[in-house]
Amino acid sequence: MSMQKANNKSGFFANLVRKQIFIPIAALLLLAIFNLIADPSFYKITLGYNSAGDPVLSGYLMTILDYGSELAILAIGMTFVTAASGGQDISVGATMAIAGSVVLRVLCGTNSRPETLQAPIIVAFLVACVVSMLFGAFNGALVAYFRIQPMVATLILFTAGRSIAAWINNNELPIVSEPSFGYYGGFIPGIPIPTPFFIALACVVVIGIVLKVTTLRLYIQSVGINESSSRLNGLNPEMIKLLSFVILGVCVAVAGFIKVSRLSSINYSVIAKDIEMDAILAVALGGNSLGGGKFNMTASILGAYVIQFLTTTLYKFNVQSDALPAYKAVVVIALVVLSAPVVRDSLSRWWKQLRKSGAKEVA
Amino acid sequence: MANKTSAGSSLGAKFKNMTDTNLLLTITIVVFFVMYIGAIVFQGKGFLKPQTFMNILNANAALIITACGMSLVMITGGIDISVGGVAALVSMCCAVYLDFKGGNVFGAILIAVGIGIAFGLVQGFLVAYLEIQPFIVSLAGMFFARGMTTIVNTNPFNVENEAFVALKDTRIRIPGLGSVNKLGKYVPAYIEIGVVVALLVVLILFCLLRWTKMGRAFYAVGGNNQSALMLGINVKRTKFASHMLCSFLAGIGGFVYFLHVGSGSASHASGMEMNAIASSIIGGTMLTGGVGNIIGSFFGVLSLSTIQNIVSSAGLDEAWWTGITVAAMLCLFLVIQSVIMARKKRALNK
Repeated sequence: MSMQKANNKSGFFANLVRKQIFIPIAALLLLAIFNLIADPSFYKITLGYNSAGDPVLSGYLMTILDYGSELAILAIGMTFVTAASGGQDISVGATMAIAGSVVLRVLCGTNSRPETLQAPIIVAFLVACVVSMLFGAFNGALVAYFRIQPMVATLILFTAGRSIAAWINNNELPIVSEPSFGYYGGFIPGIPIPTPFFIALACVVVIGIVLKVTTLRLYIQSVGINESSSRLNGLNPEMIKLLSFVILGVCVAVAGFIKVSRLSSINYSVIAKDIEMDAILAVALGGNSLGGGKFNMTASILGAYVIQFLTTTLYKFNVQSDALPAYKAVVVIALVVLSAPVVRDSLSRWWKQLRKSGAKEVA
Repeated sequence: MANKTSAGSSLGAKFKNMTDTNLLLTITIVVFFVMYIGAIVFQGKGFLKPQTFMNILNANAALIITACGMSLVMITGGIDISVGGVAALVSMCCAVYLDFKGGNVFGAILIAVGIGIAFGLVQGFLVAYLEIQPFIVSLAGMFFARGMTTIVNTNPFNVENEAFVALKDTRIRIPGLGSVNKLGKYVPAYIEIGVVVALLVVLILFCLLRWTKMGRAFYAVGGNNQSALMLGINVKRTKFASHMLCSFLAGIGGFVYFLHVGSGSASHASGMEMNAIASSIIGGTMLTGGVGNIIGSFFGVLSLSTIQNIVSSAGLDEAWWTGITVAAMLCLFLVIQSVIMARKKRALNK
């Protein structure tokens, strides 16, 4: 009886470990406990007032909620691309710069310091969406129709993207003086929670409904698992790959819009720097295979917030922003080593042997 | 069908029978010469001076070395985007060692080689023996190297070590080449020490790939993993060796870069990995592996830097044009490769 119970218990635990979402949750708990021990003031949230006199919540957790949201939006698109094409888009940072540049260009017109907005904000956002979808389609076409590895195909835009962004605005740095433009990356008056969180929430809800109602998930997964058999089943793998890149384009436009809204301006070489690394990391941390196939969207989104948690923790310990990548790289390597099939196989073999010898001893 | 082909022009037949390696190599070399001659015709006499060409070599010696290493990895079907980061880390470490720690040049070379080998060991092990995607591994490697560069030293600075500066300023004059400057004085063309190293690397790697067992194993592994394994090639060791060599060359390339710029900075060699990959691709190395040539990579670097020179001397010297032209060229050659692959597949299916 007790033996059975023990079995059940280990079965429950094994089930939990086998669940994909376990990885980001475990990482989150690990980070949370580390912060709790190192310095509990990490969790302090204070209600203050910003320069406009509106109530705002501040604290490290709010920072995570704020900056993790744009990463979560990117992670949604990156998960689709990863699942469908078996590769990652490394041009998201550069495309965000382009999208942001387009937003400013539309808002400011030819004058880089306008008194009033030259176009409604929604128009600027939509134009940025279209532009960024076009760039997504460019990447997608290279991947789907010319069969170039995704990372190399997106290398083109990675190299040229920031140059294109600078070129769109003639290398000027337009500044939007309209305060309502800053709401999207900051706070809406009266609501003390950062707006990017609500935008991310909206994106998550939309994607959730799309995945629930349409066959998108099934199609993307089957293309990622086996392209030729999905073709034999009547799917159009090229179209679906292209579609995944276009969806990423929309996500990039939203994230880029938030990014420029934070500053009300742009810095072409610095904006969204190294964010591709974080987005890929979020997907990997969500336990999704970077080789394509099945995916778990919730885990990816959670992964994005965990990455931001890690970044904020590192910042808190006075790590320079330029030195951050070194620490993150160590985390990536640890993650991919642990999730590598070779390592997993040998670990599970080792675990089985250990249990066998343990059972023998008991007998 | 076969009769029809042989009835056609012999040149066409020759073109069709060409191996992928030779075809891509021919395209690259032709593109380079067309571009250079075009530059001479349209942009005046500047490109006619031997020194202009030598300056391309001087400025890109490090890129030639890293591009060769990149080609090795790409021939085995992998990729390594950490080379730029490694080069930056090498130049920063050497700079700190020479100026703050009072080291000598020989020690700096050892440091450069050591850093390269260390990166090669870790990345090669992860890629070959743990079977992790090379792109992810080297992406992490790139970020690690860039982050470490800042940790070693934040502020950029010029190295003032005397022995090093003497080595840096060494110019090798080439007899018989030169031009008359504005004052009517004859100035012989010169190259820097880095160029000699780069040419040596090209020569050695060319021989390695063409005539040694290891070199042939690179092609076999890149062409088809499974068949290579059945031929008795140690696939894992070959992949490990390719990553090892690439990082080692990135270390040497980093030192040559350091020798050219003579300073340490975290922003050094930014985009070098992209240029190295672009040069390899332009030089006819296939991303899918199994096809490639060191001579092609050499010409790839020359083509890339020539087009950059053309762009800047055409008056479009705003920084963004360089990025856009490099990307456009990369795109063009990727599409050419993809078309060739599709054509070959069709031929096989017939």
